[in-house]
Amino acid sequence: MTIKILMPALSPTMEEGKLTKWLVKEGDTVESGDIMAEIETDKATMEFEAVDEGIISKILIPEGTENVAVNTPIAVLLEDGESLTENNNKKPTNIKATTPDPIINEKPQAPVKISSLIGIENIPEGTTFTATTVRDALRDAMAEEMRSNENVFLMGEEVAEYEGAYKVSQGLLDEFGAKRIIDTPITEHGFAGIAVGAAFGGLNPIVEFMTFNFALQAMDHIINSAAKTLYMSGGQMGAPMVFRGPNGAASRVGAQHSHCFAAWYAQIPGLKVVMPYSAADAKGLLKSAIRDPNPVIFLENEMLYGRSFDVPDLDDYTVPIGKAKIWREGDDVTLVSFGIGMQYALEAAEKLAEEGISAEVVDLRSLRPIDYDTLLNSVKKTNRCVTIEEGFPVGSIGNHLSAVIMERAFDYLDAPVINCTGKDVPMPYAANLEKLALVTTKEVIDAVKQVTYR
Amino acid sequence: MAATKKKLKPNVSSEELQKYYREMLLIRRFEEKAGQLYGMGHIGGFCHLYIGQEAVVVGLEAAAKDGDNRLTSYRDHAHMLACGLDPKGVMAELTGRKDGLSKGKGGSMHMFSKEKHFYGGHGIVAAQVPIGAGLALANQYRGEDSVTFTYFGDGAANQGQVYESFNMAALWKLPVIFVVENNRYAMGTSLQRAASTPDFYTRGEAFGITGAVVDGMDVLAVKAAGELAVAHCRAGNGPYVLEVKTYRYRGHSMSDPARYRSKEEVKKVKDNEDPIDMIKEMLTQGGHTTLDDLKKIDKEIKKIVQESADFAIVSPEPDLSELYTDILV
Repeated sequence: MTIKILMPALSPTMEEGKLTKWLVKEGDTVESGDIMAEIETDKATMEFEAVDEGIISKILIPEGTENVAVNTPIAVLLEDGESLTENNNKKPTNIKATTPDPIINEKPQAPVKISSLIGIENIPEGTTFTATTVRDALRDAMAEEMRSNENVFLMGEEVAEYEGAYKVSQGLLDEFGAKRIIDTPITEHGFAGIAVGAAFGGLNPIVEFMTFNFALQAMDHIINSAAKTLYMSGGQMGAPMVFRGPNGAASRVGAQHSHCFAAWYAQIPGLKVVMPYSAADAKGLLKSAIRDPNPVIFLENEMLYGRSFDVPDLDDYTVPIGKAKIWREGDDVTLVSFGIGMQYALEAAEKLAEEGISAEVVDLRSLRPIDYDTLLNSVKKTNRCVTIEEGFPVGSIGNHLSAVIMERAFDYLDAPVINCTGKDVPMPYAANLEKLALVTTKEVIDAVKQVTYR
Repeated sequence: MAATKKKLKPNVSSEELQKYYREMLLIRRFEEKAGQLYGMGHIGGFCHLYIGQEAVVVGLEAAAKDGDNRLTSYRDHAHMLACGLDPKGVMAELTGRKDGLSKGKGGSMHMFSKEKHFYGGHGIVAAQVPIGAGLALANQYRGEDSVTFTYFGDGAANQGQVYESFNMAALWKLPVIFVVENNRYAMGTSLQRAASTPDFYTRGEAFGITGAVVDGMDVLAVKAAGELAVAHCRAGNGPYVLEVKTYRYRGHSMSDPARYRSKEEVKKVKDNEDPIDMIKEMLTQGGHTTLDDLKKIDKEIKKIVQESADFAIVSPEPDLSELYTDILV
């Protein structure tokens, strides 16, 4: 009986990968546990072991092939006693997956283009763009700022020799050395405090949290030490630093690893908080955050790390903190979101356009300070608003925006503002429940129909 | 306590002894005045007095040099006075006035001075410990030979972040002195009831950190121990744990009646181990100084403290516009 060997999913968010190298060739006998290939995931290069025993009868995907989707057959294995010729006449009857089922995501796979550069981007005419992943854009931002300011350094778990748990700091240790790319022990409370001290002492630390879920251990230093000291010292000293890392749900990692903290941090005076969606914004905002003399919370998203967007080919591309961006102009409703929520907003806008509903899509990008003017001007034009985020509903960013719109644009509203959020439950593990717990494009479309009375 | 005394007393001049006497007396009189102003309603909130512990910070400041950092908990008035900050600015912060060190926006527990390398004034128990290690990291990063005196109490010594800091400070050889001011009580809980092992100077051992213990009522012993610690750190040997055994005469804060210990216990320390009495005795017994000379100093200190109190009461409250300043740079 032949067994098809399938491209494995080797990380929670992996959907495709590169088959870097075959370590077996056709005709080789393999035993369970033998390393057959090296596969580059969205996080690292991994060794792929055989599960079944037999003879490699055919390699279907040659080494060096990129973007091999998870569960694509990559080789055929003949079980003991079968011969190559026998097999040629047989139809494969039983395809045996060596890995779990693929992760189903609703998000678009094609690179998202910057659809609009309205307002504040200040990109010179004739600027060219390069498709860049969010992951690489973040790395480039850090590298550029480290080249121009020797007081900037990166510290966190696995940032140096491992090159980042999510490969964000790839290549930085090579370029900047161990003095400036510092691997810490797993001790968030302690190293966040050390970083705050270094910032008090005149350096500009970038603290990478492997995920913001773990920053709960460091919360006291972020809030009490970093955010409040400037005020408590009467303006004498503060913490010019960045806390960054993936925030919110990844994929199937359960309640303790899927929490969006946007609304928590946005509540704290003394912090700046940004949550970019695109690679260009990730790069431009991270550069601004590193230069900012205040503590900046920089919320990334694991699901977006591998996504490509056009990034302008400029030597020093920055995006100002506190400025929203209009991705798509429209007249009938304002969709306001940030971070990964933008994918639902943009998808919904696309589908609504097919039905003749014109949605304006506002990406807040910064959650402290919030660019209320851009939002309010949009709402005054469309008279309707739906907010979209993945975080919990109670005390959400959407709640706050609704209040501001009510206070400052009440007379312009033709319908109540609706908040589309993650559900009010700890994140479940089961695939179907997780999907249900997150905000969906359909919910956004339904909300728009409700506020437009369609 | 006598058993832990280190006999490291070097020969000291009368001038030097007088200097320590003056500095310790300033702290004591300042704190007594703060207590009085608290009682009169001029100081609000929490107010943690340092009376009894004066020799710790005065002794260690004597071992410091320009450029060294210091930071501590909320029991911080003395650390500011000892590093040379103007008592008027400290007292005016206690009264919440515009001329306070933090423009009246920090209060008793939250004061800073970049100029004097005084990095707080931290209201969260033990938060200053990793921050101190981070200041040391900044010095090391820039290739400076400064050290950071990170003061914390026997209560804070049980916080997890202390050991996270010990680990990284040892791993990275950070020039930080972890000063455990062991005053025997974590608020109302005696160290016997809070600490599984009472010898805080041994708590760095697991991380390979050198530790020492010294009688914190003896300013010369503290200074000598501080010099050893400073030399260790400046030489690039990494962190150092210095336990300083001391005693606080007053309650944890102004609102603490201190019913968890006997009056006799307090009296015994006051009568037998008072750090100011000890140095007074040295000065007079050795014939270095007459009681009249000391009275003169007492008078000067009294005047300085009274002026700081007067200043702190007449200084206006911060302008209302200050509510929204200094939130972001």
